[in-house]
Amino acid sequence: MSISRTGLLGLVLVGAVGLTGCGSDEGNAAADSGTTSAATTDCATGALTSGGSSAQANAMTEWVNTYQGKCAGTTINYQSVGSGTGRQNFISGTFDFAGSDSALSATEQPAADARCGAGGKAINLPMVTGPIAVTYNLPNVDEVVLDGATLAKIFNDKIATWDDPAIKALNPSVTLPSLRIQAFHRGDDSGTTDNFQKFLGAAAAADWTTGAGSKFTGVGGQAAQKSDGVTNAVKSTEGAVTYVEQSFAENAQLPIAQIATGASSPVTLSPETVGKAIEGAQVTGTGNDLALKLDYGTKAEGAYPILLVTYEVVCEKGLAPEKAALVKSFLTYTASDEGQSILEDNGYVGLPEAVRSKVAASVAALG
Amino acid sequence: MSLGSLPPLGTDPSTGAEAGGHSGAGTTVGGALPRTGGRSGERRGDRLFSALSRSAGILLLGIIVAIGVFLVVRALPALRDNNGNFLTTSEWDPNNTTPSFGIAALAFGTLLSSVLALIMAFPVAIGVALFISHYAPRRLAPILGYIIDLLAAVPSVVFGLWGIYYLNDKVIDTSKFLADHVGWFPLFGNDGIFGRSIFLASIVLAVMILPIIASLSREVFLQVPQANQEAALALGATRWEMIRTAVLPFGRPGIIGATMLGLGRALGETIAVAVVLSPAFVISFNVLEPSKGVTIAANIANGFGEANVTGRSALIASGLVLFAITLVVNMIARAVIYRRKEFTGGTL
Repeated sequence: MSISRTGLLGLVLVGAVGLTGCGSDEGNAAADSGTTSAATTDCATGALTSGGSSAQANAMTEWVNTYQGKCAGTTINYQSVGSGTGRQNFISGTFDFAGSDSALSATEQPAADARCGAGGKAINLPMVTGPIAVTYNLPNVDEVVLDGATLAKIFNDKIATWDDPAIKALNPSVTLPSLRIQAFHRGDDSGTTDNFQKFLGAAAAADWTTGAGSKFTGVGGQAAQKSDGVTNAVKSTEGAVTYVEQSFAENAQLPIAQIATGASSPVTLSPETVGKAIEGAQVTGTGNDLALKLDYGTKAEGAYPILLVTYEVVCEKGLAPEKAALVKSFLTYTASDEGQSILEDNGYVGLPEAVRSKVAASVAALG
Repeated sequence: MSLGSLPPLGTDPSTGAEAGGHSGAGTTVGGALPRTGGRSGERRGDRLFSALSRSAGILLLGIIVAIGVFLVVRALPALRDNNGNFLTTSEWDPNNTTPSFGIAALAFGTLLSSVLALIMAFPVAIGVALFISHYAPRRLAPILGYIIDLLAAVPSVVFGLWGIYYLNDKVIDTSKFLADHVGWFPLFGNDGIFGRSIFLASIVLAVMILPIIASLSREVFLQVPQANQEAALALGATRWEMIRTAVLPFGRPGIIGATMLGLGRALGETIAVAVVLSPAFVISFNVLEPSKGVTIAANIANGFGEANVTGRSALIASGLVLFAITLVVNMIARAVIYRRKEFTGGTL
């Protein structure tokens, strides 16, 4: 009762927009997508209600519009209500699948399995990857290299000025101003904060001792509301620095710091470096469950360590047949080459082929 | 002085604009009417109306009780799992595998920001109300009153956006000035970063509650019996003395009621505070700095989407505390008004 009502909180109706182009037939889609066998859009009909992670909301909007254009008679509604709410609405049966910034926890797993009927199992499928940029506002400085330890100290207010020796040591060729560092973090709970703090904890265990979690745990600094809030704050404040999804930094034309990971040279954020990091992730799920464990402390050459992998939480088996067919059809599309490649215009990074093919195989096994 | 104790003439049994109202269910209905008329016809109407209004009253009570029960039931699971002391802990970490959270910093921040807002808004609001009721030219007064009512109707998110995109810069400048010149004052300590502070949140809240207090107080001031005011003037009082001796004492219960309504809104304001405030779970009087406080309502807005089962239950527990704080504040206001009642004659 109360859970369904909370759906209204951040209601973003994704559906119903793409229906105009419904004349396009299914054969076209298959021809376009080419390479992978799974990409043939086997349309199902019906309506799905889903939601959760706001980090993948833009990806979902794009996917839903394209999918509904291909498949007439489908309505997919993705509500950007937050991962926690998404998982709980999935468990309570309100959502047919959930988008989530983190895989189901051990405590949630039994309830989620029960939701999928007797003998059912809820699984996590990594679907959307969003790199997290460290972005800053420094007059006349185009390139800055930072590392985990420095970032941890900046976000704990232990480093207060940009010309601090620790930052200078990482940027020998850059003239850094003697500006007060104004570190901005997210005031609302968010998966971005969680992943950034996991990175700090892994890359600088000695300097970041307060752990991870979707709430910022550091000391000091300032908070702003949502991704656009921190981006605007940095944009309007000289000396400011924050962590935010890449697309926000790019849209605001803010520079993105390179990260010194311990590899031979600092890593620049790019689809390749992010893909490299995901390839290095370890699958902790069993069977078709593809929950990933990212190596935030990676020192691999050219692997960008700060990123967010968001999942679709679905029933492997046990959803009502007509819903199951539509979920399978929709996720088949999102996990296809075509589905992944359209993400890159929206500030996301497609899954590397090694991971994508595993996800596609898991989707194919959905029943 | 002696004028102040004059019993107001022309006593009007209506409670006027006094907040809420314990005028109760139809006790004053038709007192002066002869009761000889047709027994059943009129009586049935009376009974029907009295039953309707009584059930409305009972429904209201029922809703409040239901909200209370809902909050308690939903809060209990988190309170059971809590590893910290709910009343004295400052940190808020209910989504952890070993949840630990407490209301201390939240309740403190909520009260601090609301009280500051009240201190800022109250004198201005009373001034505005008096100006409209007693000083403004006849033709201007209704227009001003209308504008004040309009201000009360602006959605809070608009105040929030205005606060963060416009007011924040001004507040940063003011804060710097205060810190530079009166930095020895405990409230104004700092470490070089300003803005997004409790101070900013309080100002935004003050602007939001100002029209509520002003609008209700104006209504009360307009109801001061003309005879009282004329009596004061006839005894040689200047206009200000007349206001002091006739208007303000008469309006005091109404002012208190209006203030408590305003305070209630400040305590519960969610989005505007969530947008302007940089939250941190600490108890601090450094009102100029960011990350030196947080309010209950803003924390619920910030945390609800990503909360797990325990986290959500914990947020509801904090909502329960807010509910209790608001109830207590209102009861205190009630008590004050009741105590004043005997001194102000038939105004209530």
